[in-house]
Amino acid sequence: MNKYLVNLKVNNMPVSVEEGTTILDAAKKLNLRIPTLCNHPDLSVAGNCRVCVVEIKGARLLAASCATPVSEGMEVFTNSEKVRIARKHIVELLLSEHNADCTKCFKNGNCELQDLASEYRIGDHVFLDLVKPAHKIQDISSPSIVKDDSKCIRCQRCVRTCHELQGISALAVTNKGDHQKISTFLNKPLNDVVCSACGQCINRCPTGALTERNYIEEVWKAIYDPTKFVVVQTAPATRVALGEDLGLPPGERVTGHMVSALKKLGFNKVLDTDFTADLTIMEEGTELLTRLKRALVDKDETAILPMMTSCSPGWIKFQEHMYPELLNNLSTCKSPQQMFGALAKTYYAEKINIKAQDMVVVSIMPCVAKKFECERSEMRDSGYQDVDYVLTTRELAMMIKQAGIDFGKIEEEHYDSILGESTGAAVIFGATGGVMEAALRTAYEIVTGREVPFTNLNIQPVRGMDGIKEASIKIKNVKPEWSFLEGVDLNVAIAHGLANARQLMEKVKSGEANYHFIEIMGCPGGCLGGGGQPIPTSPEIRKKRAEAIYSEDAGMPLRKSHENPEVIEVYSKFLGEPLGHKSHDLLHTHYKPRKRY
Amino acid sequence: MTTELLVKELVEKNGRCRNSLMPILQGIVQKEHYLSEEAMLSVAKELDLSAADVYGTASFYTFLDTVPRGKNVIRVCKTITCHMKGREEIIEAISNHLKIKVGETTHDKKFTLLTANCLGWCHKGPVMLINDEVYPELTPAKTVEILEKYGKEQ
Ligand code: SF4
Ligand code: SF4
Ligand code: SF4
Ligand code: FES
Ligand code: FES
Repeated sequence: MNKYLVNLKVNNMPVSVEEGTTILDAAKKLNLRIPTLCNHPDLSVAGNCRVCVVEIKGARLLAASCATPVSEGMEVFTNSEKVRIARKHIVELLLSEHNADCTKCFKNGNCELQDLASEYRIGDHVFLDLVKPAHKIQDISSPSIVKDDSKCIRCQRCVRTCHELQGISALAVTNKGDHQKISTFLNKPLNDVVCSACGQCINRCPTGALTERNYIEEVWKAIYDPTKFVVVQTAPATRVALGEDLGLPPGERVTGHMVSALKKLGFNKVLDTDFTADLTIMEEGTELLTRLKRALVDKDETAILPMMTSCSPGWIKFQEHMYPELLNNLSTCKSPQQMFGALAKTYYAEKINIKAQDMVVVSIMPCVAKKFECERSEMRDSGYQDVDYVLTTRELAMMIKQAGIDFGKIEEEHYDSILGESTGAAVIFGATGGVMEAALRTAYEIVTGREVPFTNLNIQPVRGMDGIKEASIKIKNVKPEWSFLEGVDLNVAIAHGLANARQLMEKVKSGEANYHFIEIMGCPGGCLGGGGQPIPTSPEIRKKRAEAIYSEDAGMPLRKSHENPEVIEVYSKFLGEPLGHKSHDLLHTHYKPRKRY
Repeated sequence: MTTELLVKELVEKNGRCRNSLMPILQGIVQKEHYLSEEAMLSVAKELDLSAADVYGTASFYTFLDTVPRGKNVIRVCKTITCHMKGREEIIEAISNHLKIKVGETTHDKKFTLLTANCLGWCHKGPVMLINDEVYPELTPAKTVEILEKYGKEQ
């Protein structure tokens, strides 16, 4: 299967690359960077922005290097006079249709267009200012996303993201020529259309046209308010990515540093969503076993299989829009973020003697959809909005910078207790396959009294970046009370990224699949590739974050959710038992159909 | 016939694939003069496309209107050759006769006045289209005559 090698020269330097390689990648091999805007390693080639143009000897026109494959004997110049002039003009033209008030822009300091303008020292505008007044109206209808057409360069990364990675196409290219625009159906507010609020488009937008609704000022205000007791929870995937926004390389684990920085920012207590991830496993694992029993033994037709995980709010919203007929397959468990909020303002508030109305719960999430989730009407079981504000990993990095904290140099600290203890099973919630693995570690042990039959508890078949993974685990030598599961092959499937989820749902709908349990995470790679994670996110970076997550798990003293001492305590002192009355009231919910069209 | 039925019929005729999107949209415009929200949603549902995609396609083509139009849609070419041959006077004549400006529809919903890009009749400009019919070498008087003919039709 050896591919042919093609020899070419870039800026007079010889290089050999596999047939089919683009000029852009061949240049990369020589450590030559060619600027790009519409190109993204997660997406198909569009070739529409033209900033990556290069000169090819003998060719009349400049070529887009991201869209042109190499050929034998080709001579490419990435920085000739012609290229430089063209490239500068292209940037100038983009800016002529751009509302370039960088100082007021959320992307200021992390914007690909700004970087190019700065690199090429774009001074006075040589072209007329053509920003359309109508484009200056921002869409802030969504609690998760701000869409600002006056900053859009129509690279269409968002459109390809929503279509190729998420299988939704909430955004499309509309109109033509100088009226071209990225729109929802009939330009309706984003909050009224099928958008899952996943934020994957935000993570790929090279400008400030798509950004998260940020709540930084609101959170500072709460911190400075002496009448408020502000607790913060941190999602599993934040601890393997935050460093990227603070000068560290991808894949660095920064758990202790993050805790320390949060304490320095002034949060009253720094707690962990990992605690409620462990709790989720207790509830969801029990729910799965109960459903299996009801379906297999009692032949109860309301016990619907396959059961599907429910911790990814983008996935939930997707399902509500796209497959309302499968809503009863979802686990009734709230997400760990919401379980945390509900417990913080009840169990925890009581324990530390703080009134729930004086408590502000802030979440640090790799996710943009969590902002939407915390405002859902179902998420007020404490009697208040259970989680008040959600910040993305990126927003936290901004706060740390604002506070002048030297992130690399601070001492590591531990989470506060209670609601701060966790196991390795919770950390892996941040990676695709992680919830499945955590659930299996616990459920298998409940049923058989033995650990899952995998070396070091690492359930390799459910790990990795394949879009859809399937596995089957034989359950043997069960405890007497679980005899109905003796010899059963437990079939599971895992998908990440909603385009893959869609494929899997079609299989479930057609009845061709016979799974018992399905894990879905809305974002590619799982939460570690969430819409709220540092930009850029790419396949390579996701791989590094995943490695970090699994090594964090491997290094934990406890690696099974049911062994978490604080989880055991919350059951003995407050909840009673998994799926008990209190759990039902605080930790479970139902979802509602939404319009797809 | 309801919009939903019309869409079903057009899907039946043209096939349930992405390639049939254009003929289906054209078919709707032929019957209903424009693509209503309901029409686009039914098409999206039938073809398993996102509604935004259907709208994206519709908004790309001048002839696929997404706002209500009159029974007769007049499109006057606004491109350079027709411009130099006096398209302004033609538009003025229509405006005066029908009492509407470009982009508007008459109260009786009989006429909508729009402009269009080059219609490929430059050698015989100025030109207008009424629905699918081309009217070349217009003068203001000739234009009014044509409009009167359409006005009489029921
Ligand atoms: S999108 Fe980038 S270039 Fe445009 S205003 Fe914002 S920071 Fe500046
Ligand atoms: S919104 Fe962002 S990603 Fe989408 S086309 Fe505009 S600039 Fe590109
Ligand atoms: S947030 Fe997700 S679903 Fe919504 S438009 Fe962006 S990519 Fe599509
Ligand atoms: S990056 Fe190559 S054309 Fe946009
Ligand atoms: S310019 Fe009017 S038809 Fe060509």
